[in-house]
Amino acid sequence: MKKILTLVVMGASALMANLAHAQDFTIRWGTEPGYKPFTYKNAEGKLVGFDIDIGEAICAELKAKCVWVEQDWDGLIPALQARRFDGILASMSITEERSRVVDFTHPYYIETSQFVGPIDKKYSDAEALSDKTVGVLRGSTQVDFLAATRPDLTLKEYPTNEETWLDLIAGRIDLVFAGSIATELGFLVSDDGKPFELFGKSYSDPKYFGSGVGIAVRKTDNELRDKISKAILTIRDNGTYSKINDRYFSFDVWGK
Amino acid sequence: MDISLIVDNWQLFAEGLWNTVWLVSLSLLIGGLLALPLALAQAYQIPVWGRLSFWFSYSFRGTPLLVQLYLIYYGLGQFEFIRESFLWIFLREAYICALIAFSLNSAAYACEIIRGAICQVPQNLIETAHAIGMSDFQIMRRIVVPIAYRRSIFAYSNEVIFMLHGSVLASTITIIDLLGAGRKLNAKYYVTFEGFLTAALLYMAIVSLISLAFRMIEKKYSIER
Repeated sequence: MKKILTLVVMGASALMANLAHAQDFTIRWGTEPGYKPFTYKNAEGKLVGFDIDIGEAICAELKAKCVWVEQDWDGLIPALQARRFDGILASMSITEERSRVVDFTHPYYIETSQFVGPIDKKYSDAEALSDKTVGVLRGSTQVDFLAATRPDLTLKEYPTNEETWLDLIAGRIDLVFAGSIATELGFLVSDDGKPFELFGKSYSDPKYFGSGVGIAVRKTDNELRDKISKAILTIRDNGTYSKINDRYFSFDVWGK
Repeated sequence: MDISLIVDNWQLFAEGLWNTVWLVSLSLLIGGLLALPLALAQAYQIPVWGRLSFWFSYSFRGTPLLVQLYLIYYGLGQFEFIRESFLWIFLREAYICALIAFSLNSAAYACEIIRGAICQVPQNLIETAHAIGMSDFQIMRRIVVPIAYRRSIFAYSNEVIFMLHGSVLASTITIIDLLGAGRKLNAKYYVTFEGFLTAALLYMAIVSLISLAFRMIEKKYSIER
């Protein structure tokens, strides 16, 4: 009897170890695919983009399986807390406000924000404009920045960036305030984006825009955070990062 | 839970509450006004109008409200000729688009409720009215419609509550309604419960008021019971 029991226990613990092993090696990333070229869907409806490739490279580095979960932008942090996924890989800027509720890994790129408007209006200085209606992504750094510094502008908040472009084209809003790279490569290069341009200065005040773009994890997941940070630095060193970078950009988005 | 967040942002919720209330009330009013002629056209099988009314309520009840709202808000805005026409003065406003979608949707449902009630008006009442010499129009105005309305009260109270719940979709097209206010609070402070729970409680309060109002109306006008 004792022998059988021992066998059962051994078998069970082996199984458990196996399960634990398998679980260790799945990372669930949450993303909001409305942010070309960082995270978006191609014509076949597949998730693609710089963020997605970085996520896959991190998984490859950690020998983990990647699972992608889609979520509207303003629901990303709550969904992370609710354990719907383990990390937010959606071009999220590392800000003080957000750092109070989630932890961030080492930044994996840096982006500045800029105003977008119709070319024929010949706007040049955003500071000189007032009484304009500006489209922004709900829950973004851009909202916080404009709400704090530009009370003269009317803000309209959208669930994804795609919808800000639609309403900019439709003329419901005068301007959009968004990340420069995503605006340039995700919108301005498309046919719909031709009549629009980025103008005025690039904003990057760390108080609002943070210190780069990172991956958010739950405050309790220190181990995962450190593993991912290490993986980011490793792929940066071994050239994987540059390969991914060159697929999307003609310059290095890493910054510095 | 951080109650102070909710208290500090009461103005946001007041704004959301106000927007939800007037948007829903106005939609129900317009929808209700459209519903009677639509229902009559169908119940009396008026040529062409009866068919039109049928297809109208069929398509608006057959598709999700979100799809209707997106087609009106983002869909129509895609067409150059609409953007250049006078219609754009109205359609460029998110409020008007929501009002159009909600009113038409509500009209379709209310139309079905009233149509059903019209068809159930007892035949012998109509025959009696005929016998004492009333014209068809008089019968409709004095017998059929009043009875149908009184019988619709209970079913219509459900439609009012569904409309209120459906109105949360306004928050997807930049309107700060009650849910929009909750979402804005959540997004601003990176919390989950504070915004949604406050919105949920306020929705519940509105539903209680609606139920109470309908109970009073029913007591006064309902035929059965």
